Amino acid sequence: MTRAPWLALALLLLACLALAVGVSVGSTGFDSLRHALQDPVARQIVAEIRLPRTLGAWLTGALLGLGGAVAQGLFRNPLADPFLLGSASGAMLAVAVALAWWGAPAAAAALVPRLGLTGAAFVGALGGVMLTLLLAQGVQHTLRLLLAGVVVGHVLGAVKDLVTLAAPEVLAAMVAFMLGNTSLIGWQACGVMAAVLLPALALAWALARVLDGLSLGEATAHSLGLPLAPMRAALVSVLALATGAAVAQAGLVGFVGLAAPHLVRSLARLTHGPLVVLSALMGGLLLAVADIVARVLIAPQELPVGVLTAVLGGTYLLWLMYRRTRGGGGR
Amino acid sequence: MKRMNSDLTPIQGLYRLAWLLFLAFVLHAPAQAQSYEVADDRGVSVRFDAPPRRVVSLLPSLTETVCAIGACDRLVGVDRYSNWPEAVRRLPQVGGGLDPNVEAIVALKPDVVLAATSSRVSERLRALGVKVVALEPKTGADVRRVIGKLGELLAVPGAERVARDIDAGVAAAAQSVPPALRGQRVYFEASGGPHAAGPQSFIGEMLRALGLANIIGPELGPFPKINPELVVRADPDLIMAGARSAGDMARRPGWQRLRAVRAQRVCVFGLDEVDILVRPGPRMPEAARLMARCVTDQGAREGRAP
Repeated sequence: MTRAPWLALALLLLACLALAVGVSVGSTGFDSLRHALQDPVARQIVAEIRLPRTLGAWLTGALLGLGGAVAQGLFRNPLADPFLLGSASGAMLAVAVALAWWGAPAAAAALVPRLGLTGAAFVGALGGVMLTLLLAQGVQHTLRLLLAGVVVGHVLGAVKDLVTLAAPEVLAAMVAFMLGNTSLIGWQACGVMAAVLLPALALAWALARVLDGLSLGEATAHSLGLPLAPMRAALVSVLALATGAAVAQAGLVGFVGLAAPHLVRSLARLTHGPLVVLSALMGGLLLAVADIVARVLIAPQELPVGVLTAVLGGTYLLWLMYRRTRGGGGR
Repeated sequence: MKRMNSDLTPIQGLYRLAWLLFLAFVLHAPAQAQSYEVADDRGVSVRFDAPPRRVVSLLPSLTETVCAIGACDRLVGVDRYSNWPEAVRRLPQVGGGLDPNVEAIVALKPDVVLAATSSRVSERLRALGVKVVALEPKTGADVRRVIGKLGELLAVPGAERVARDIDAGVAAAAQSVPPALRGQRVYFEASGGPHAAGPQSFIGEMLRALGLANIIGPELGPFPKINPELVVRADPDLIMAGARSAGDMARRPGWQRLRAVRAQRVCVFGLDEVDILVRPGPRMPEAARLMARCVTDQGAREGRAP
């Protein structure tokens, strides 16, 4: 337990380091940083492109890490990830519809440019979760919720496929959205994500006792006298808002939400209070680093960051598993 | 200065003042007139005080159009798929149209960025104070409109002539198809999957211009994903496809019995040729010639025409 504050400090320091590196690397290299004081374009590159996108990558990762920790606690399933309740497929469907309607003369299409793809993705993500909750008739039954989430995910995914088949020209744009992209995040997006992250983190921290109780089994949680239903509903809304905000700004960045809590658990044994906070910090660090690597690897071009998170997080997770099983076998 | 002023009589001073006012008016007026607005394909109006000198294009067909109207030297950056004309290959690449590198674009200090309407980067660039004009040609009429718009945007006179040249080039290619070979029913495979080129697409329009029939009906949309069965049932006289998707055609169930496949009446276009065929822009006459050559070569092979 005493390790948690140090771990948090270390993760924050590393995040600051990542922020510093993130500001200094990019397609124009160090030049922009060196001339930032004289050249207005260089200053714009540093202050309005690199800084917000690095911070935005961290915030996205933090939202996903938080969502992952909450989802794994809520469903008592180490394989749960933040997109489990249909937010990803909801967001994808909304983006597909928005793209297909772009420029269409329909009355509903007038809404699309005003909402933007970002707004559409956010609305879609929340809509997907709502539909799951509706089908599961609330949040009382974990299994029902899980099943409803899977069903909604598949059905909305199929509807999205129908939309892209009807309008194949949106296919390429859809792929770009599905790969995840942190390069378009500006200060406004950072503000939105921070405004979601802070209350979500506070709420998750406050409700962590429920997650601790649930980890001992549903019956035990009941016997502890916790008001399970409202607290669960609150946790589901944390999950939905956090993933919705992340998906809307950065697309489908996979694996961060799944891997971050596992990485934290591998470093310390924790109750859910510190776990949700540390998972957020870990997710933020993971995505901030991935964002930097995505910029550097094939500079001056860029890789989609979602591709990298899977490779980075996945290999580390595999290595952890390998080390653990080998250690266990040796004993 | 002081001595000069003292030489002036009040009347001369007045004259001079009037002259200066006149000059100021004359010199100022064109500057006022030069400020203009261009409405892009999303209905967004973009205001320009002077014709853009530094242009970044994020769509190959727009790159080609900018060059065709004679403004190639104003391009300072292109997307990674822009490869024609030769001169644009030397320009800095700023990523793809869908995964563009915002930083690289801003670093080029463009006066205007030309992007596809579906590109997400437009919102971000506009927030950074970069002017974005979103244009996406999809039909022959679009190509003419985009040429006119780019001429207006870049203040290049005579852009309409380029549009007329394109029409004339396509018409000339259409003339080269012998009458005996017209009216053939063609299946044009736009990409694997298979996606066909419908009559509403610019490729379909070109087929019609060449006097060829399309096996795809207009109700299916511009580039529909079709059931392979549809092609088997329609049994086209001639198949046109890119090298990527033509490879496995004979292996598709039922397709080896197609008349066109049995008689090898399949035109396979190389990757460079596909670039020409699928980009709605100034190389449409070349695309029309490629299709016309396909038709005449196939006809000549079978001795149906010279």
